[in-house]
Amino acid sequence: MNRVYLDYNATTPVEPEVLDAMLPYFSGEFGNASSIHTFGQKARAAVETAREQVAALIGARPQEIFFTSGGTESDNHAIFGIAGPSANASKPRPHVITSFVEHEAVLNACQALEKQGVDVTYLHVDQDGLIDLEDLRGAIRKETALITIMHANNEMGAIQPVEEIGRIAKDADVYFHTDAVQSAGKLPIDVNQFQLDLLSLSGHKLYAPKGIGALYVRGGTRLKQLLYGGHHQRGMRPGTENVAGIVGLGKAAEIARQTLANDAKRLSALRDQLEHGLLHRVPHSRVNAARAPRTPNTANLVFPGVEGEALLIALDLKGLACSTGAACSSGAVEPSHVLTAIGLPAEEARASLRFSLGRQTTQADIDFALQVVPAAVAQLRQLSPTYQKAVAQ
Amino acid sequence: MNAATQFDTLPERAETQPGLVAVAMSGGVDSSTVAALLQQQGRPVVGLTMQLWNQRRLPELQGDGPAQHRCCSIDDVYDAKAVARHLNFPHYVVNFEEQFESRVVRPFVDQYLVGRTPIACTNCNTDVKFEPLLRMARQIGAERLATGHYARVRRNDATQRWELLRARDDSKDQSYFLWGLTQEQLSRSEFPLGELTKDEVRALARRVNLPVAEKPDSMELCFVPNGNYVRFIHAYSRERGVSLNDAEGEIVNEGGEVIGRHNGVHNFTIGQRKGLGFAAGKPLYVLSIDPQNNRVVVGEDEALRKQIFEVESMNWVSIAQPSGPFRATVKIRHKHEPAPATVEPLDDTHARITFDAPQRAITPGQAAVFYDPNDRAGGDNSRVLAGAWIQ
Repeated sequence: MNRVYLDYNATTPVEPEVLDAMLPYFSGEFGNASSIHTFGQKARAAVETAREQVAALIGARPQEIFFTSGGTESDNHAIFGIAGPSANASKPRPHVITSFVEHEAVLNACQALEKQGVDVTYLHVDQDGLIDLEDLRGAIRKETALITIMHANNEMGAIQPVEEIGRIAKDADVYFHTDAVQSAGKLPIDVNQFQLDLLSLSGHKLYAPKGIGALYVRGGTRLKQLLYGGHHQRGMRPGTENVAGIVGLGKAAEIARQTLANDAKRLSALRDQLEHGLLHRVPHSRVNAARAPRTPNTANLVFPGVEGEALLIALDLKGLACSTGAACSSGAVEPSHVLTAIGLPAEEARASLRFSLGRQTTQADIDFALQVVPAAVAQLRQLSPTYQKAVAQ
Repeated sequence: MNAATQFDTLPERAETQPGLVAVAMSGGVDSSTVAALLQQQGRPVVGLTMQLWNQRRLPELQGDGPAQHRCCSIDDVYDAKAVARHLNFPHYVVNFEEQFESRVVRPFVDQYLVGRTPIACTNCNTDVKFEPLLRMARQIGAERLATGHYARVRRNDATQRWELLRARDDSKDQSYFLWGLTQEQLSRSEFPLGELTKDEVRALARRVNLPVAEKPDSMELCFVPNGNYVRFIHAYSRERGVSLNDAEGEIVNEGGEVIGRHNGVHNFTIGQRKGLGFAAGKPLYVLSIDPQNNRVVVGEDEALRKQIFEVESMNWVSIAQPSGPFRATVKIRHKHEPAPATVEPLDDTHARITFDAPQRAITPGQAAVFYDPNDRAGGDNSRVLAGAWIQ
């Protein structure tokens, strides 16, 4: 059976070149990067090369890159490391600014902070998923310790005005963290141009394996460590380095830096074709966050009158893999918090589907999607009492 | 690179095709065996497991033991997935928590709070399994939904109706919980276990090495930990901001004389003896519950026996509504031996039932199910004629 994968925002396949780069470090070059001997030195060299490669992708210096277990750890480290409760009780309660459309790794970390006595402001977004810079300016207080706003949204691809946010943060002398898990490798990133102090990225969203990620920490940033252990990564993130994973992330970053512009051009053309085709063939369909600048690979459409969950299954049975939102939110009761935040009523949020393209996506894949999605939506609507009622009116 | 070649190492799955049947899989041995049986018949199968209730939702019930062998426990979903993997057919977990709460859990609690004794399983079948789940099954391309119920369904060409029959194995029969199904729902249902005994089902599960072949049967109401429905009602009410602490009221005898106090009508069901707090004298039982006056009426066993009662929400199953009274054997609770009676329809949805002999503890909120009087249990004519709620 022909299977087409349009869920690259959930995860990507490891690029063959990345896999090749990693393989020696599982058994041949198995040394501990902290060891003094030659085995260790070879591993260390590979780790440091990878650090340079990751740094180069985002315009950072290598010593500002810390390897982590993935995006969730990076987000948690940035948030708790800056705004976590201080041992010094005389200090005022810190304040954090974030938005309603962040990934759960940021949102739930902020909610945990609130329980520990930190004030958190959640910025609203407009119907295209973007924050209002005036809201941000207005939310800053003298106790504000951190602004954490994602670069690109995982569900809709909407890109926040990070450069302007960086300027505002800089003027207010507040640390600025961005979750760049969905933008790294898809959009150009320069931590200096964006005036970022912290940035999270994840390997498996850019053709490296799962279980590896990185946190960029601008030199001089007062970041508390979360884990305690050995002296690895200058004590900031102890734990024996995942050498193979780090090498994979480095290689993937290097490839991404070279292919980013071409990928973006090719994928946005295919994405636009998919979007226009679906809008044309599925009555009453709409694109979510249509007017926002978006990552080139992401399309999120609402098909009123269908249950996204049923549509997802129907499409999977036909060989098309896509998603109803963040992978984590499938199986949960609540409609996507992101789609709710842009003002979609619950039933429309549930009727939304995300298609995310990637390097292996072909014209044939888009043709296939344009063939099966309209048919599946029609079949679901035929059996949907709410849709039939709405049509009858 | 072509995506099709890139991903062709993924396991093959059945194409959507005519005859696709969805199996409602709880992770238990019965529904798992249904999937195996249908597959053996060469039918393409897709498994659907419903996520119905968040076991962590009411924290005060967390002490009631680990959430295993209960609906929607992680283990059960895992078991259903393991069976699908073993038999190699597609399987999905689908979320119906919202529908389950509004159509099953909330009515269940509300009924207890007005002194009735509800059956959640019937609502779940009629309003969840064979409603949104069946619809989803059809939306994803399946023609029918198969479940692990012990019952039988067949088409009667002469009457143009779908008939519901008791299971061949009467000890496992679940037709009492399926009387609410409409003709449309029945026409889309399959109960492959209806011809089998539980032993045969287990043997079949073992023969095809189902990972759940030795899993114990679940007996409890799936969303209520340890069967303690009173604690559940308290916890759920508290979550809704309703305190049941002032639910106290009077216990009276048949003459209206106050002989004790109770701690809320939801603690009682008709025929109950325990928990009344009377030690001495003749045993006393709950005869009726009067929610308006928050009273529980008690009396002796003899007073529990009644011959006439009325029902509402009548659903005609194997027969169309008859023009006048008809004879049936009537079952008034899951463990009740159906007894002969005359059923007199009062209007489209109400009827009056007169048993030939008085029956013990006819309980409002339970179902009355009307069986064909011409056949014995498990036979080829043990049809469910109709069903209704006891008023």
